[in-house]
Amino acid sequence: MSRIRKDYEQSFAHRFLVFVKGDKPLPEEDHLEEWKTRIAEVKETEQTADANYIELKEPDPYEEARHYAQSSGVRVFRRVYYVLAFLMCLMIIGMLIMNVAYMPLFGSEDSPTNNEVAERYLEKGSEETGVVNTVTGMILQYRAFDTFGETNVLFVAACSVMILLFLRTEPENAGPKKPRRRRKKASGTMTGHEFSLLYGTSEDNLSKQETDGAPSCVWPQSVAQEELEPEPDVILQNVARVVVPMIFLFGLYILLNGHLSPGGGFSGGAVIGAGLILYNAAFGFRATRRFFDEKIYDIIKVGSLCLYALIIAYYLFTGANGIDSAVPLGKLGNILSSGLILPINLLVGLEVACTMYAFYALFRRGTF
Amino acid sequence: MDFIRNFPFFSILLPMISGPISSVMSGKQAKRLNFAVVTLSGLLSVAAFVYVLNTGEAFTYRMGAFPAPFGNEIRVGLLETMMAFFFCFVMLFSLIGGYRFTAVDIPEEKQNLYYIMMNLLLSSLLALIYTNDMFTGYVFIEINTISACGLIMVRGWGRNLLAAIKYMIMSLLGSGLVLISLSILYGITGHLLMEPMHEAIVQIMEQQTYREPLTVAVGLFCVGIAIKSALFPFHSWLPDAYGYSTCASSAILSSLVSKGYIFLLIKFFYRVIGTDIIHAIQVDDVLFVFGIAGMVFGSVSAIQQTDVSRMIAFSSVAQIGYIYMGFGLNTEAGMIASIFHILAHAAGKSMLFISLNSLSDGTWEYANYRKLRGAAYRHRIAALGFAIGSLSMVGIPLLAGFTSKVYYAKAAFGVGSTYKMLIALVALAISTILNAMYFIGQMINIYTPLGVEPEPGTVKHSNVTRVAVFMFIAVNFVLGMGSEPVFRWIQTGLAQFR
Repeated sequence: MSRIRKDYEQSFAHRFLVFVKGDKPLPEEDHLEEWKTRIAEVKETEQTADANYIELKEPDPYEEARHYAQSSGVRVFRRVYYVLAFLMCLMIIGMLIMNVAYMPLFGSEDSPTNNEVAERYLEKGSEETGVVNTVTGMILQYRAFDTFGETNVLFVAACSVMILLFLRTEPENAGPKKPRRRRKKASGTMTGHEFSLLYGTSEDNLSKQETDGAPSCVWPQSVAQEELEPEPDVILQNVARVVVPMIFLFGLYILLNGHLSPGGGFSGGAVIGAGLILYNAAFGFRATRRFFDEKIYDIIKVGSLCLYALIIAYYLFTGANGIDSAVPLGKLGNILSSGLILPINLLVGLEVACTMYAFYALFRRGTF
Repeated sequence: MDFIRNFPFFSILLPMISGPISSVMSGKQAKRLNFAVVTLSGLLSVAAFVYVLNTGEAFTYRMGAFPAPFGNEIRVGLLETMMAFFFCFVMLFSLIGGYRFTAVDIPEEKQNLYYIMMNLLLSSLLALIYTNDMFTGYVFIEINTISACGLIMVRGWGRNLLAAIKYMIMSLLGSGLVLISLSILYGITGHLLMEPMHEAIVQIMEQQTYREPLTVAVGLFCVGIAIKSALFPFHSWLPDAYGYSTCASSAILSSLVSKGYIFLLIKFFYRVIGTDIIHAIQVDDVLFVFGIAGMVFGSVSAIQQTDVSRMIAFSSVAQIGYIYMGFGLNTEAGMIASIFHILAHAAGKSMLFISLNSLSDGTWEYANYRKLRGAAYRHRIAALGFAIGSLSMVGIPLLAGFTSKVYYAKAAFGVGSTYKMLIALVALAISTILNAMYFIGQMINIYTPLGVEPEPGTVKHSNVTRVAVFMFIAVNFVLGMGSEPVFRWIQTGLAQFR
């Protein structure tokens, strides 16, 4: 209901608003139609009459909008805006730095953070949770729910990236069964604009797509296949042959020792994920797919998260209802000790490793 | 311990488990699972609500084997369970109302991902409502942000991606401020759970030791939440995000996502800082000013829109302004009015989005006000929903919006300072007139007959949409006419907060 007055565009209020926003709205659709018919008319006359005689006298309706951002008033306004924004940022930074001066000294004895909570974590942590590494005990037993939420953050981030980038392509070894249907399904979505940039689709088709429904464009197979992959690098491959097994071993070590030494699910999983990425960078997607494809990814992701959720549900439920946990804590310092912490560390590690590799694969190629 | 005390915990965990399971399902199965999960969470919340109502007192639920200052905790009171039920209800019927658009707008292979986002959004909303631990609050703010971003961009068009990027940047700025604020608070109190934190803060105010960091922390937390819930000067991400998403996403984003953050802010005010300390460091005055500005400028921006879905989105800015204005009054009545307005706005705004999408076939080409002329004759039920939602937003008697405005006016009379009272009343009056200008105008536009047979829409009308619209109409009338028990529940719930 904006244009109650016909001459609203000429009013001071409208011009002021346009000035503040810094961009001029494109002309209304009716105006555009008028312009199109005018061009058509001119072209018609061009064909019949002397072409040199006729000039397009009316300015391009988009011209003004296009150059509006360059006009001097707007430029000055934008500069003032940048300067003010910069000053504002400086002010906030200054405020936060000043705030540090008022905070309790880090590590000082009478700091409020050295209270009964930290005391109990440090003094009774090993006894109550069966871990040597108190940090692990804190995040996986005392504050288990937060950590479960954190793992879900990773999962939901991976899902968001999949929404954005995932392309379902035809599997390489798709048998003779229903190959046609599969090919039909082989589609990913991209915006109409991107599609037109890549493949030069005409504007008319695009606008049709926009009105028809979601723009589901079929990728040419070559984009998703290995043709775009770089040549394998010999030095990288030889180094990877030596280093990757060690990285995996080290990652497993961090995972399994999470309750004994610094480490745990998140860090160990990140190391294993980095190993997977290095292997992939050296040997390519075809080699990686032999042991890690989309199916395996789904199984590991769903399996580890569901098991983790069930373990957490068991732990929280028994803890809240005062039921004794059926899992023994074991002897302090052994690998097989600390009750539920070891399996949780393993599951978190799997989830993190999968997510890391999935991010890499999705950003690089859009599929596994 | 009664078994029923576990129910809120189950209602949080259930959507979290169903999230990963949905990722290996087809779109249809995921949809069914999501439907079951939202319904079940709602039923669990109702059971918990009845339990708390009968026992008459709130209880805390230990998350794990370790008691309060050492382990996590959730808190279950009358207000929390009521909100949880209402959120589940609105989410369920927004999804139902949006089913046919979801089927068209989202590619089939991505529908299960969409429902994963929905499940995790629900669990994070419930966790934000129930949490008794500031850091748990932050973790679920993150889940909420990312899944909301997924809901915006799942439609896959250029402007959705642009909206998602805008939302992501602004929202992450908000998360960052909240995180800084929480670390400052942890540094000066040494606790993360709400009750011990509150005790430490009361001591700080008595001893005046860390007063400056406390002020900074409260300010940062408020600004962070204000950015995430689109209070007036930080609303630039809102119109694109709400206006261009698919129907169910728009309805849920506008009615629930921002409200989850606001509920956490209420808990922060009442259970962590304490309203008298909020008044002492004058955060309430700042919120009051921005709330008033939002009430007016949100509506002014809405009037300028030619796209009706963007118009409704801008009207959300105004309504969020109302809620913060209630916080700014900083009286019990003001807070009750704000909580009631959260309910009224959720019921009205989700209905408006569903009705508008039905009228415009879910495309923004038809959401232009010129194209919408006479659309009422194409889909009468949706037009009815749009009309009633508009009337409720304007504040016509018998509807939810009117009742919340009455509560605001009463609260304004009860506030100590005369200036605040006058400003609040005048802003209410101006905002109501501005609301009426665009909502009533749009209603008339929709009901203006064109004189020709309206062209039938491309998306078929279905009964499920009608059911959803009717449910929301019913809720609007129930909240409008039977507000007395709701008011009492909110009052008791707030009293339990202390």
